[in-house]
Amino acid sequence: MPIQPPVESPRDLGEAYALLAATHHRPIAGGTDVMVQITGEIGQLPDRLLDVWHLEGLRGITVSEGALTIGALTTYTAMRHSAPCREHAPALVEAAATIGAAQIQNRGTIGGNIANASPAGDTLPVLLAMDAEIVAGSLRGERIVAAADFWTGYRRTALAPDELVLRVRLPIAPDREVRFRKIGTRRAQAISKVVMALSWHLRDGRPEWRDVRVALGSVAERPIRVVATEALLEGAAPTAETAARAAEAVAGEIKPIDDVRSTADYRRAVTARVLQRMIREAGGW
Amino acid sequence: MTIRTPTPRGPVRSAPARSAPDALVVPPGEITTGHARGAPLRREGPAKLTGVAKYADDLVFPGAWYGGTVRSTEAHARLDAIELDPGFDWSGVVVVSAADIPGDNVVSLISDDQPVLVPVGGEIRHHAEPVALLAAPDRGMLREARQRLTLRTTPLPAVFDPLQSGEVFAHFDIRRGDVEAALAGAELVVEGIYRVGHQEQLYIENQAMIAVPRDDGGVAVHGSLQCPYYIHKALKRALLLDDRRARVVQTETGGGFGGKEEYPSMIALHAALLALKCKRPVRMIYERHEDIAATTKRHPAIVTYRSGVDREGHLIAQDIEVVMDGGAYTTLTPVVLSRGTLHAGGPYACENVRIRSRAVATNTPPNGAFRGFGAPQVEFAAEMQVNRIAEVLKVSPLELRRRWVYQRGDVTPTGQVLRESVAGEEVLLRATEAAEYERVRERTAGARARRGADGSGREGGDRTASGIGLALGWHGAGFTGSGEVHLASIASVELTADGRIAVLTASTEMGQGTKTIFPQLAAAELGVPVEDVDIAPQDTGIVPDSGPTVASRTAMVVGGLVIKACRRLREEVEARTGRPFAEAYRDDARDHGPTRVDQQFEPYPGVQFDDATYSGDAYPAFGWAACVAEVDVDLDTGEVAVRNVVAADDVGRVIHPVLAEGQVEGGTLQAIGYATIEEIKLEDGRYLNDRLATYLIPTALDAPRITSILVEAPFSGAPHGAKGVGELPMDVGAPAVVDAIHDATGVWIHDLPASPERILAALGATGPTSSSSAGRSRSDKDVEGAVDAAMDAPIEVGTDPLPTERTDAQPFRAPTDR
Repeated sequence: MPIQPPVESPRDLGEAYALLAATHHRPIAGGTDVMVQITGEIGQLPDRLLDVWHLEGLRGITVSEGALTIGALTTYTAMRHSAPCREHAPALVEAAATIGAAQIQNRGTIGGNIANASPAGDTLPVLLAMDAEIVAGSLRGERIVAAADFWTGYRRTALAPDELVLRVRLPIAPDREVRFRKIGTRRAQAISKVVMALSWHLRDGRPEWRDVRVALGSVAERPIRVVATEALLEGAAPTAETAARAAEAVAGEIKPIDDVRSTADYRRAVTARVLQRMIREAGGW
Repeated sequence: MTIRTPTPRGPVRSAPARSAPDALVVPPGEITTGHARGAPLRREGPAKLTGVAKYADDLVFPGAWYGGTVRSTEAHARLDAIELDPGFDWSGVVVVSAADIPGDNVVSLISDDQPVLVPVGGEIRHHAEPVALLAAPDRGMLREARQRLTLRTTPLPAVFDPLQSGEVFAHFDIRRGDVEAALAGAELVVEGIYRVGHQEQLYIENQAMIAVPRDDGGVAVHGSLQCPYYIHKALKRALLLDDRRARVVQTETGGGFGGKEEYPSMIALHAALLALKCKRPVRMIYERHEDIAATTKRHPAIVTYRSGVDREGHLIAQDIEVVMDGGAYTTLTPVVLSRGTLHAGGPYACENVRIRSRAVATNTPPNGAFRGFGAPQVEFAAEMQVNRIAEVLKVSPLELRRRWVYQRGDVTPTGQVLRESVAGEEVLLRATEAAEYERVRERTAGARARRGADGSGREGGDRTASGIGLALGWHGAGFTGSGEVHLASIASVELTADGRIAVLTASTEMGQGTKTIFPQLAAAELGVPVEDVDIAPQDTGIVPDSGPTVASRTAMVVGGLVIKACRRLREEVEARTGRPFAEAYRDDARDHGPTRVDQQFEPYPGVQFDDATYSGDAYPAFGWAACVAEVDVDLDTGEVAVRNVVAADDVGRVIHPVLAEGQVEGGTLQAIGYATIEEIKLEDGRYLNDRLATYLIPTALDAPRITSILVEAPFSGAPHGAKGVGELPMDVGAPAVVDAIHDATGVWIHDLPASPERILAALGATGPTSSSSAGRSRSDKDVEGAVDAAMDAPIEVGTDPLPTERTDAQPFRAPTDR
């Protein structure tokens, strides 16, 4: 009985690129999404798998050139234990800590979360809020895709079929604040009903927010930024009035759906309330 | 593919597990010395902890094939044909259909309506119903074969709403006094409609069964199960086997909760049919997805309640209607409904009671046994009523219960006089004292008033509201009515030739402690060390039929039989030797050989029930439970965190304190899941969330601190006084939590689970600015004002909170309003 689907395990990136260029493979790293889909017979069985787990070059966390760079094969556990991640991307560490159980966090990778492109991927709103750049590679070379352009539809990405996610680059901005909140059915091991990341810059000690990002998961077919709400918050101080207006704006801007985990109305109401609460907590009133 | 006829063999024994020098590795069944708070350690505990315990899927039967079930994908249809793709090589697999069943095509239980497999020309009555079976040498070929088999069907109209169903599985009608007259004369009538949904047992080990053909043409099944003799009976009936040729062996069982009461009969029949046809062992190990999609759940129910209270605050009338959704087949539904009917009034004395109940068929997978067995559904409604009445009367829910709770000598709706072992008030006081219920309630009421007062919907910027809730419950011990008399269970005790004591019962261990407490009871009765007592394997070839391991009956009923058998054994040996048993038994075994005593159930003295009129002693005794729950509710998200629970449970007599507290803690957490997050969503009769990623139960992080208080009000009919503990905590957790949510937020959630979606909807949260309406409680008003306000309000009896609706509008009606 041959193993189904067949698995290729390239020894280096060049071999991986060549295999991807030759024919379609579904990359598999920790397998925390792919294996569930295969054994649960959810969706189409992939024709072939490309096991990238042993491409050591895609592992690791570095700080250089004003950015925190996280290799695609970096696990959630590695991020949680990484001093640079905790220092420069505490919201990402917080998000990583909410994903699955310890076993999932030991196997699941940031590259997998990015490429799996689930609308409920818990790190993705943080990447959006931090203006992350996703570096993809193929035989044709490397290219950078902004997180805001990466997820294009339901489980669709800007990746070409022959491309792999190599790493994600998070610009380090000391005056940037990032907040994260996940609402799930229970306190651990739950897929999000709503997941949110909010970021802003403070310049010259002034209370007005700059470069505001409001990023959401589980409220659309893909992780999204709510640009109208961001525009409303841009240049505003975190007052009660701002918070109320932002809450109203975000409720109008998103179009969530009813599904097995929650309802559209709940998601809309909670997104608005959580955003309002984050702004209130930032404003300290 | 060559098919060899295998020689049936038992499980292959593995070599002793290698371990670290200090690790304690004990094979299953081997006795561990030591004790926990004066009680012996769990017999099977070390094997489970060290991973050497053998669950069904761990057993190796050489040459075994993998069995699979082809299931319906429609809720209601006629099965026209089962088509095998001629392009596939079927010689390497075995296909079984209804035509292969030698005996009756029924899963023998209460009614004969459920087929083992839907026959061609027959009716598919629910989604995921078994239609055909396949066995193959490996999983890949099994999957391939399944894709090459097609069911041809003609769709039929389906019924999903129990209120629209005309097919009644069972109904009951209990009357005491004159309800209508009492309601007409009542000072206050409180009405409510409560809806509770499915709940999945979610035992940690999936359903699993392995069938092995026997040389004599019979079959042995080894599997994860609660009731060996239910399966034994089912095998004999459908496969035309006699007692000897059908053999059922329990493997280590990873939880049951009722989910392995009746459904394992179906799987055993499937595995046996395949094994007999392919003449080799067949493994049927369900994956979680199949397990959730196809097996039984707790019955959904709609409970309509009218309670009447007189001027002095006495409970004078209860008018209750219960509708349960049985799903597509009868299974155990009539018995579940019976227990639900008998518990619907709650543990309160009332002169005028009418309880009408019915269980109906829908085109959904059959519902069945689950811890509590019909009682949690109705006791949720009963306790909601009491808490709502307390609010209207502006009386403490504790005080109201103290006034109403059954006392010794009170009479239940079936006319049962509660002669002894009545401990409702005691558990109520013990739990509320330990939880400092009244003090905490004062504090939470103050916080709620402050939140409401400034109209901001928050208190000092804090968006978390705390609340405390209370519930009281009762649970009939053992089988309902004449059930135990009909069962006529037998338990045996043997002094073996080598001077040891063997306890022989069919009572299964599924984590609750059977294998630990029976040796304890026997050792205590005989005065021998507990290490000298062995438990015979739960194998129908070895142990007598001591009935199913259900209904919290193991400790009380079968434990009682074990003690009585030990008494007779002791008397026999002492008469023969003239010496005390403890001194004489080893010599007696050597000199006289083995001595075995079979003890059959004898009716409890003075306990009588009339099945025809549904009157008399519904249960030999009741267990009593109180639960105080404290919650934090996030007013922005509706998320509920249960922080603290104090549970007081009267179990008659505590046999093993650690195991009993474990039951209380586990049952409480299961009830919290039922109260807050566990919910099955259906679409066209199919469960939408049939995976562990979508059907969620509480994790350790969701678990509150639980304080268990064990109360002992012994039952004289059992030699040791025990009444059982397994189901009690399941009856009271949900209403206590929902009461606490009300205490925190001021809104009542009438339907389970009290999910964040329902809570936000009840709080009127359609947007971020509307939170100021949260936290209003009717208790701010006086009774008359509340009644007046309710009469003015639109009557929304039976609100099923949808996220777009306000739901805190169930009416209080004065009798003059009719």
